[in-house]
Amino acid sequence: MDMRKIKNTFMKHIIFGVAAFNILIVFSIFFYVFTNGIKFFNEGNIKDLFWGKTWIPLSDLYGFLPLLAGSFWVSLIALGISIPLSLFTAVYIAEYSGKKTREVFKVLIETMSALPSVVLGYIGLYVFSKYIRDGFGLNSGLTALNGGVLLAIMAVPTMVSIADDAIMALDKSYKEASLAIGANKLETIVKVLLPAAFPGIFAGIMLGFGRIIGETMTVLMVTGNSPVLNAGPLTAVRTLTATIAAEMGEVTTGDQHYYSLFALGIVLFSISFLTNTIADHFIQKSRKNIS
Amino acid sequence: MSILKGNGKKIIETSIKAIGICSILPVLGIFAYIIFKGVPSITWSFITDGPSSGMREGGIFPVIVGSILLTIGTIITAVPFGILTGIYLVEYSNDNWLRRIINLTIVNLAGIPSIVYGLFGMAFFVTAIGMGRSLMAGSMTLGIMSLPVIITATRESLLAIPKSMREASLALGATRWETTWKIVLPAAFPGILTGIILSVSRAAGETAPIMFTVAAFYLPFLPESLSDQVMALPYHLYVISTQVPDMPQSNMMGTLFVLVFITVGFNLLGAYIRNKFRKFR
Repeated sequence: MDMRKIKNTFMKHIIFGVAAFNILIVFSIFFYVFTNGIKFFNEGNIKDLFWGKTWIPLSDLYGFLPLLAGSFWVSLIALGISIPLSLFTAVYIAEYSGKKTREVFKVLIETMSALPSVVLGYIGLYVFSKYIRDGFGLNSGLTALNGGVLLAIMAVPTMVSIADDAIMALDKSYKEASLAIGANKLETIVKVLLPAAFPGIFAGIMLGFGRIIGETMTVLMVTGNSPVLNAGPLTAVRTLTATIAAEMGEVTTGDQHYYSLFALGIVLFSISFLTNTIADHFIQKSRKNIS
Repeated sequence: MSILKGNGKKIIETSIKAIGICSILPVLGIFAYIIFKGVPSITWSFITDGPSSGMREGGIFPVIVGSILLTIGTIITAVPFGILTGIYLVEYSNDNWLRRIINLTIVNLAGIPSIVYGLFGMAFFVTAIGMGRSLMAGSMTLGIMSLPVIITATRESLLAIPKSMREASLALGATRWETTWKIVLPAAFPGILTGIILSVSRAAGETAPIMFTVAAFYLPFLPESLSDQVMALPYHLYVISTQVPDMPQSNMMGTLFVLVFITVGFNLLGAYIRNKFRKFR
């Protein structure tokens, strides 16, 4: 057999092997996060964990509720700001702005998504928090609101670019038909384009939410790090992600506290899995609508 | 009368334009702040000296070197692996079980929060395999995190290459591998390169995955082997802005500026290559 054929067969096997190895990687991520987390669930009563009202690992109190409350408030604020902002921005660059403006916006929005989360954390810690403290007359500006605003800035690029793609991908005939029967531009956008682009827009929102719930460093730096159940927009909170980052450094490998952080990892993993599956479903759906 | 007509229309359209334009103000503000406060903090000695007086004085040379080494490690772990997987998906598989599983896992791997990658790296590379906190463990954690982006970019770039190119090559008697290596890959290269640059820019800015796998709080020496810890820019910025009291602002802003310069710079480079490539087609 000549060398070329041997090389061809050899590469075929190498490529198959590498591809199959991916499965092993995913499996080991599942395996190592889940086996460590499940050791925690085995020792404690699951009901106490999910309904426990205090998170004080030093006294062996591992209630998830305060951390869920922290993640809830930060996400709620971030979504409340980023969804309308992204929708308006996407409609603006897709339908109202000139071509040049659109290109400038696209570059700026993409650049924004490249900012590392520690950088936004720094800005929140040393700049935003002062305005929030003085604006609301608080002792400290390190609150859920601060985290929510910064995460909104982070989620906007994802949401805008996917919503914009969804609107731009619509067939021209939609718009032309609507305008031809006498609808004005705004009516066309609200009643024809947005409903038709909905699957794509929704997928963008879900992916933005995935970013918000999984973001770690920004919230660790700006939300005041206080795991309390009685939280609100203007109190210090602690999210699921920030808890892992803050406490992983101080645990001993193999004790209950160590496993509890992996249990939080399972919760995060499940949320992001769900979010991504839903987003992917809607992306596939919008692709079908278009073609 | 509908609110989408007459005055209602005017109000809504004005607010779309106003809010649309305002949405970029935060970015502009943040960049202006970084440039005006960051640039004056950058001096030659800040880049080339090691930290001193408990990191409050001196420069960040070992931190920059650590970040560069981690980035190289990430590229070595993720790039060959990601490209070969992308090649498998497009060139070497039909609609079989393995392709479907890989496509499904890419979607989900891309969404896993970076801190969960940190947990995995800690449990697997650092503890189970026994690498300890090291350059190797950190590079591999970041590498696995970067895989989905590189695989997706490779897949999409290969899919964009017309079938006729492959058929022409195969018809001339080239093998499948020769066709892939000499015809398809060179044509898809700009797209793949863009994906690599974007994922590396993200990896260079990540803190959560390296916190427990490699990053050192304070280590003013350069690493000597793959099993040494290193300092890294994002983690260093986190440390000096939250854990060190009385840190001078110029030092923090200087570190921040170097970090943003690298990550945003990579990102713009990626966007530039992509746009240039688009014009060619």
